[in-house]
Amino acid sequence: MSILFAVLFYFATAVLVLGVGSRIRKYAKTPAPLKIPTTPAPTTRRGVVFRMIKELTIFESLFKSNKWIWLFGWLFHMGMLLVLLRHLRYFTDPVWSWVVFIQPFGKYASIAMLLGLIGLLVRRIVVDRVRYISAPSDFLMLGLLLVIGGTGAMMSFVTSADIISLKSYLLGLMVFDIRYLPSDPILLVHLASVAILMIIFPISKLLHAPGIFFSPTRNQVDNPRERRHVAAWAIKLEQK
Amino acid sequence: MAKVDYEIPELKEYPVIPKLKKDAMAHSAPYVAKEKFQTSLGYAGELVDNWQEVAIAKMGELTTKYRSLSVFLDSCVKCGACTDKCHYYLGTTDPKNMPVARQDLFRNVYRRYFTLAGKLVPKLVGAQDLTEEVLDDWYTYFHQCSQCRRCSVYCPYGIDTAEISMAAREVMATVGKGQKYCNEIIGKAQTLGNNLGLPEPALADTLEGLEEDVEEDTGVAVKFPLDKKGCDVLLITPSADFFAEPHVDGLIGYAKVFHEAGVSWTMSSYASEAANFGMFIGSYENMRKLALRIREAAIELGCKRIVFGECGHAWRVAYSFLNTLAGPFDFLDPAYPVPQHICEFTHDLISKDKLKFDKSENDHMTLTFHDSCNVARASRMGDEAGGQFTLPRDIINATCNNFYDMPKHAIKEGTYCCGGGGGLLTDDLMELRVKGALPRMEALKNVTENNGVTHMAAICAICKSQFSKVLPYYGFEMDQIVSVHQLVSNAIILTKDEDSVIDNEAETDDTVVAA
Ligand code: HEM
Ligand code: SF4
Ligand code: SF4
Repeated sequence: MSILFAVLFYFATAVLVLGVGSRIRKYAKTPAPLKIPTTPAPTTRRGVVFRMIKELTIFESLFKSNKWIWLFGWLFHMGMLLVLLRHLRYFTDPVWSWVVFIQPFGKYASIAMLLGLIGLLVRRIVVDRVRYISAPSDFLMLGLLLVIGGTGAMMSFVTSADIISLKSYLLGLMVFDIRYLPSDPILLVHLASVAILMIIFPISKLLHAPGIFFSPTRNQVDNPRERRHVAAWAIKLEQK
Repeated sequence: MAKVDYEIPELKEYPVIPKLKKDAMAHSAPYVAKEKFQTSLGYAGELVDNWQEVAIAKMGELTTKYRSLSVFLDSCVKCGACTDKCHYYLGTTDPKNMPVARQDLFRNVYRRYFTLAGKLVPKLVGAQDLTEEVLDDWYTYFHQCSQCRRCSVYCPYGIDTAEISMAAREVMATVGKGQKYCNEIIGKAQTLGNNLGLPEPALADTLEGLEEDVEEDTGVAVKFPLDKKGCDVLLITPSADFFAEPHVDGLIGYAKVFHEAGVSWTMSSYASEAANFGMFIGSYENMRKLALRIREAAIELGCKRIVFGECGHAWRVAYSFLNTLAGPFDFLDPAYPVPQHICEFTHDLISKDKLKFDKSENDHMTLTFHDSCNVARASRMGDEAGGQFTLPRDIINATCNNFYDMPKHAIKEGTYCCGGGGGLLTDDLMELRVKGALPRMEALKNVTENNGVTHMAAICAICKSQFSKVLPYYGFEMDQIVSVHQLVSNAIILTKDEDSVIDNEAETDDTVVAA
């Protein structure tokens, strides 16, 4: 079991890093030949950074758009962020002090995350417009996240996992030393579904996470009159 | 207004998100371009035999040329935030007019041929083969998108369906299925200089007529120069301004402003079109060819500045793309932005107190302002973000006593398209145009009832044409749409020059008669 999961995690990590890396390389290499920020847009780089920070932290556009999706989406993402940060304690020794500090918050954040996910799932089923645009994979993705969050929360609040051995196992993985993995079924389900999520990340809509940084409607400066902006392939047209 | 065999949507007190009605607009598609107009733009004359292959190759090529396309196709999480944001969905209730569903028509094919998941488990991720039905759906629904970008404001990642529509239209044109209306117009503009195909003599004739009319009206010899060399300003305006109502009243307004500013100006017969339909079909090359005519005219006429008349998508291409497509404009006077909008020009004079108005000339109207989508969400005016909203309103308030904005969700960055933008302003799409105007008509009804608004001003040739056509379907009058510079024209007090002082008496008589 220890070895099986070790292989799974090495594979998942490789897929995640290489897959997302190659997508990011593609986005970065593909030119944006025209200035297309959705206006009103910032007229300076600093303004753009501020705009992006607002999109990333408070989901500004989504807030303008739909308060329910915003509420559930924001709960889910912020919950997930805290939960992920909290997980750092399994990978650091000694545990960084700020990670220790957020432990209690991270624990309850898992509830926020689950509530958010349930809200999103209910919308997907109940609202006819959202149901129409959903493919089976959209439901499965939410299901997978619910399994991850659900099993995680169970281990925090209901049963308790052998955290000492788990930490030793994970620290071992990081130095390519395969140690003992507790064979608690809930833990194994949790770990397996995380690995699946990592593997599908680069081939699914989860690419929205890197994607938002490359979205020209959000990350471009509104200065086309001041600065000439030409893509390499467009310059070739000029030389004809 | 002709009798129609479809239902005109009812105007509700408050906007209501309609229930889906599948295929409600499946029957609506514009005429396909004839061979001659396809080939002259560099596309296949008719549907090529191996169109699937060609289309997929083109799709792949576009994802390597446009980062927007590449990122947008991957990033949508199907959250549904955009589903109720499109005026065509609100007006037609067809689910494929929800922005994300429209994108999915293209995205599902992209997934099938370009992503691992789509190749391995197409059913699971909604991937689809490019079949004849899919191509038909593309043709139908990518011609039910006015590329207004309203959806992009509300998407958490800024996914802009307009970018996808443009790409899809370019793929369709490439395989031989371009749209008649757009492609014929681009052809005319590339050969004759304007969308209407007006040759130089006709243009000169029209402008001469305008000079006579204005002089008769005001007693002041306001000029409408054409192809005059060595002027300060080259005015590029949509060709509808030369004769359509209420566009022409706007053109008269620009001329009066130039006259009062004492700035020498001219129009060009070679570049007698501000509109650039190359954008609508997603063709960088065709858009560039049209933009280059403006550069050539500016060089040929030796002007110092370029000013654009009232037109929405034209201002997008001018403001956001002109420098890219046809720059650098280092031969023009660096003291002014290139190009400038006529509203920037007028606003600047107003803020320096160089124009005098008699606002009471517009007292027979109570106004509201329709923000045109391309001006609102794809460009700017003035130095500050959002100037595209304040400048036109400032001008209206400087020339009129009665102005009220429509409800907040329907103006500024949230503005609804008129229903006729993006290359859809054609008679073969009349039903779509009527239904797509619904959200704007509801907002207009709101201020009509609550604030006594009688007229709606706009700064876009397409909006003006579209509204004069669809207003009657909703119980309004066609002349309730006006140009912003028409308001300027009505209120501006012209200084009489020496020549006309002699005619002073005759002129007073005229006014009496006119009154
Ligand atoms: C800042 C920008 C982000 C915004 C605005 C955003 C927004 C959203 C939204 C609206 C959903 C839709 C959920 C649904 O309706 O099903 C979603 C899903 C998701 N996001 Fe994000 N997201 C952002 C960044 C991230 C990042 C950085 C991650 C990191 C890993 C992430 C991971 C996820 C996951 C795992 C899902 C669930 C997928 C699903 O529902 O199928 N997101 N996001
Ligand atoms: S760009 Fe405008 S017309 Fe096109 S889908 Fe988006 S909201 Fe609808
Ligand atoms: S708002 Fe954006 S991410 Fe959400 S469904 Fe629409 S296009 Fe997709």
